[in-house]
Amino acid sequence: MKRRDFIKMTATASAALSLNGLTVNAFGEGKFLSALAKNRATNGNILVLIQLSGGNDGLNTIINLDRYSELAAARSNILIPQANVLGLTGQPNTGLHPSMTGMRDMFNNGLLNIVQGVGYPNPNFSHFRSNDIWSSASDSNVYEATGWIGRMIDKEFPGAPQAYPDANFLDPLAIQIGTSVGPMLSGVNGLNGLALSSISSFYNIVTGQVDPAPNTPAGNELTFIRFIAQQTQAYTQVIQNAANLGSNAATYPTGNSLADQLKIVAKLISGGLKTPVYVVRQGGYDTHDNQVDLSNTSFGRHAVLMSELSEAISAFQTDLQMLGKDDIVAGATFSEFGRRIKSNASSGTDHGSSAPMMVFGKHVNPAVLGTSPVLPAVATTSDNVPMQHDFRNVYASILRDWFEMSVSDTEDVLNGGSFQTLPIFKQAVDTVDTPSPINTIGLEQNFPNPFIEHTTIRFRSTGGDVQINLYDQMGRKVRKIYENDVPAGTRDINVDRGNLGAGIYYYEMIHGNQKLTKKMIVQ
Amino acid sequence: MGDYNKHDQHTRDTKELVNTSYDINNDEIFKKYANKSLPLNTKKTRAGLSVYTGAWTVKQQKHLIRRLMFGVKRSDVAAIAGLTPSQAVDALLNNPIPNPAPPVNYYENIYADITNVGYGQPWVNAAYGDGTQNYYRRLSLKSWWMKNIVTQNMSIHEKMVLFLSNHYPVEFSVASDARFLYKYMNLLRTHALGNLKTFITELSKDGSMLRYLNGHFNVKNSPDENYAREVQELFTVGKGTVQFSELDVQEAAKVLTGWRYDTLSLTTSFDPTRHETMNKQFSGYYNNTIINGQTGVAGANEINDLMDMLFSKDQDVAKYFARKVYRFFIYYDIDTNIENTIINGLAQTLINNNWEIKPMLAQLFKSDHFFEPNTMDCIIRTPIDFYAGSFRSMEASVDPAIGIEDEYKSYYRIVRNAALAGQNIGDPPSVSGWPAYYQTPHYHQMWINSDTLPKRMKATDKLLNTNGYYVSANARLKHDVLVYAQSLSNPSDPDVVVNEAVEYLLGVDLSQSLKDYYKSILLGGQTSNIYWTNAWNDYINAPTNTTFAGTVRTRLNTMLTEMLRMAEHHLS
Repeated sequence: MKRRDFIKMTATASAALSLNGLTVNAFGEGKFLSALAKNRATNGNILVLIQLSGGNDGLNTIINLDRYSELAAARSNILIPQANVLGLTGQPNTGLHPSMTGMRDMFNNGLLNIVQGVGYPNPNFSHFRSNDIWSSASDSNVYEATGWIGRMIDKEFPGAPQAYPDANFLDPLAIQIGTSVGPMLSGVNGLNGLALSSISSFYNIVTGQVDPAPNTPAGNELTFIRFIAQQTQAYTQVIQNAANLGSNAATYPTGNSLADQLKIVAKLISGGLKTPVYVVRQGGYDTHDNQVDLSNTSFGRHAVLMSELSEAISAFQTDLQMLGKDDIVAGATFSEFGRRIKSNASSGTDHGSSAPMMVFGKHVNPAVLGTSPVLPAVATTSDNVPMQHDFRNVYASILRDWFEMSVSDTEDVLNGGSFQTLPIFKQAVDTVDTPSPINTIGLEQNFPNPFIEHTTIRFRSTGGDVQINLYDQMGRKVRKIYENDVPAGTRDINVDRGNLGAGIYYYEMIHGNQKLTKKMIVQ
Repeated sequence: MGDYNKHDQHTRDTKELVNTSYDINNDEIFKKYANKSLPLNTKKTRAGLSVYTGAWTVKQQKHLIRRLMFGVKRSDVAAIAGLTPSQAVDALLNNPIPNPAPPVNYYENIYADITNVGYGQPWVNAAYGDGTQNYYRRLSLKSWWMKNIVTQNMSIHEKMVLFLSNHYPVEFSVASDARFLYKYMNLLRTHALGNLKTFITELSKDGSMLRYLNGHFNVKNSPDENYAREVQELFTVGKGTVQFSELDVQEAAKVLTGWRYDTLSLTTSFDPTRHETMNKQFSGYYNNTIINGQTGVAGANEINDLMDMLFSKDQDVAKYFARKVYRFFIYYDIDTNIENTIINGLAQTLINNNWEIKPMLAQLFKSDHFFEPNTMDCIIRTPIDFYAGSFRSMEASVDPAIGIEDEYKSYYRIVRNAALAGQNIGDPPSVSGWPAYYQTPHYHQMWINSDTLPKRMKATDKLLNTNGYYVSANARLKHDVLVYAQSLSNPSDPDVVVNEAVEYLLGVDLSQSLKDYYKSILLGGQTSNIYWTNAWNDYINAPTNTTFAGTVRTRLNTMLTEMLRMAEHHLS
């Protein structure tokens, strides 16, 4: 089959095909998109990041029906009745929280991708620290002062933010809906984005909220400075123009802060703003207590959050479609961590580790990536959802497949780490036109796998120091498997089971500033 | 001067600024929002000059410090909190004035000194060298000046030096010779809290002034009236309703003939052969005073006669000076009430004390008027106060250990930032000083326009960013928020962090809802204070842990970056 034939496929066909594993890789859309947007500073694609602040309980968001007995054992007081779980077409093991009808429909219509078990090795349970890790895309034990979007903008817009707007790019480099700009947008030279809390009052662009000025000499000067600030904010006119030109076509839910934010984003996009990244936020996920109504666990605080999230996103997606902008927009949810498998006595859950991410849009691969998380038969308070995907694999997929950044730029943005992409987007694999780039380093699947006593890992290096570490499902480092200064080439190392218990482990190869990770199973 | 634009390719960080080509008269946004008339409708103080005896809290203490010094630190306030308001003012007026070592050759690696002044050695008495070298010496002098400001002691002294340099200016780029400019600086530093009449007398004989306003070229048979006009119009009697005449300018010029500077001996002197010895007849404004012509070296005494005559117009001179002080330290709008109660009172004090400056300053700063709430927070911070003051307020410093070259370059970065925002220290745009002190009805609003406000904000952003400003491969100029936070009374309490940041860094207090908003940044959007407290304690217990430090630094940087963009940050 030729690449152009794939492009002709309908959405229905692609949704059907996607259910059979990774065949979606054959969709040749990446190049198609770039051709649409050749003369822009970026490729013209837009990413909307939705931060679920406080740590979302992934196990009650994406409900793994094949783990229902383990869930029942661990969290009976907050367990969603199995009959209420929303099923997904073609996904017998995976369902959604009962409040998420909008996103259920999106999945069934081929607009939603679910990545299971996203986290990072050595998870941190502090809101601050974990949020910083997600923002900066650093390793758990490394502090990075800049954010991954900030660095992406540094790559795409040299000299940001001081050098912009310039003649070639008048629009804000990134917009955070709200009154402050988070660390994710922090670049080398400052904050590569601006906060925008409303498109009716432009005071907020510069100063957030303002207090009324008193009728004194100080008030006179304060008012003057505010006027000058308001009027000279370099991006005001551009945003005002986009807001005036833009419109919303869909009906958004009311009383839903996230929907209000996404409504602004859709309006600005429809008004022609080329800003490549928007960040919106939904708070309230720190559900230590009363996560559910005691009388009916399908309702309560978390259910309200799920409902608002689902309704806001589906209205946004509908709006983009009606406005004819759904070709260039993708969205993704993220949260600083998931919550504990075992619930607490206050009908809530404490800080946990891995959780699912949801990526949506016309060009996502409508599939569930990974398996339902493996849960202990009877979880204790120290058990956590195992990591299946490093969150930087998701970032790498966004940078490579959505923004079409080069491998080296992507690695720079991800602090030098080499993270494989996941089939989140329908992308051009396209063996005819573009052979996938040849990695000079490689880490192969261990053999045998699963294993009982011994296994062999083969790696390929460009010469120099190579380190391979083994992590457990919680992301804890359990063993250094290998460290040596090696010549370039391929090499096999033997691994003994030693004291490893049965279970899933991850081995990570570090070579120069590159990293590769693979999973192994001990029986 | 051919030295001016040469060699600016040496390094972008020592490039001196040619006065900006920015034209505020074409700034549509400024024109739209700046004062169309003086703000007559705002509520103003009616309080007079009687000694203030009211509340004496951080609010009054920081007001006093911010107006008399550059910025304010908690330690500054602590230093005066135990005094009465009057004692505090006396301390700020009378504390010993530091006598800083002269500026040195920091430029050896950029342009080697050709007069054998070694790296780190003072150049103030050396030979001129050439124009390029003189250019770097001027940068050295400006950096030295900025260092004096940033490292000021508890004294009004540095603010008075800046005051004098605005009202009795020489433009460094015009007067040019850095060695004479250093003498001019010393003249300002010596007389900043001294006697006004003595200061003007000495200023009239200053080498830089003789060059700047052409006194050097004012000779018998070919008088140059430049200084003779300005010493009356700008430095003493001013332009009142009853004015001196053109005749007075011509006659004063004759009095001043013969004063010369010498670039070899670095002195000024009186040359009787160039002096006009005839009698000088002044107008009715000066009561038809005649200054008798003197021959020989006695001709040098005529300048004293001229000063006596100028200062005999004591009401005009004193009120003119009092208005200058008022517009610099209090507010620009002088209505009838303030003219009658404050200006007249201060003028009389100046006259009663035979032109000693301190007593009138003491009267002003100890007054009910000064501490009245309507007088507070209404000064738009000058670029120099904004940058140098913020540097102090943020507990930032330049570590001398980085070496003389980088130290001077660091201070020059502050000079340059202020210059980019419209106030190039030592180089006011004209002999009238900066328009913010005379351009009616805009006055202080001249500092803020669509060019300068974004620059001020971007510079603050950059200083708070981890990288700061590049000075050299080994040095960056920046604000360290962790050092700042540790100066607070209880940095582990996010309410304290926000309250003290608002109290000390902003000009106007904020509502509780805004403070809560800033606290939410410290809390990363969560609601419990404990998240910040734990993060701060983690850092304090393991200060070398980069992750712990980074966690609190990121949040402080975000919170302060946003707070310091507020309009309130530009008021004092």
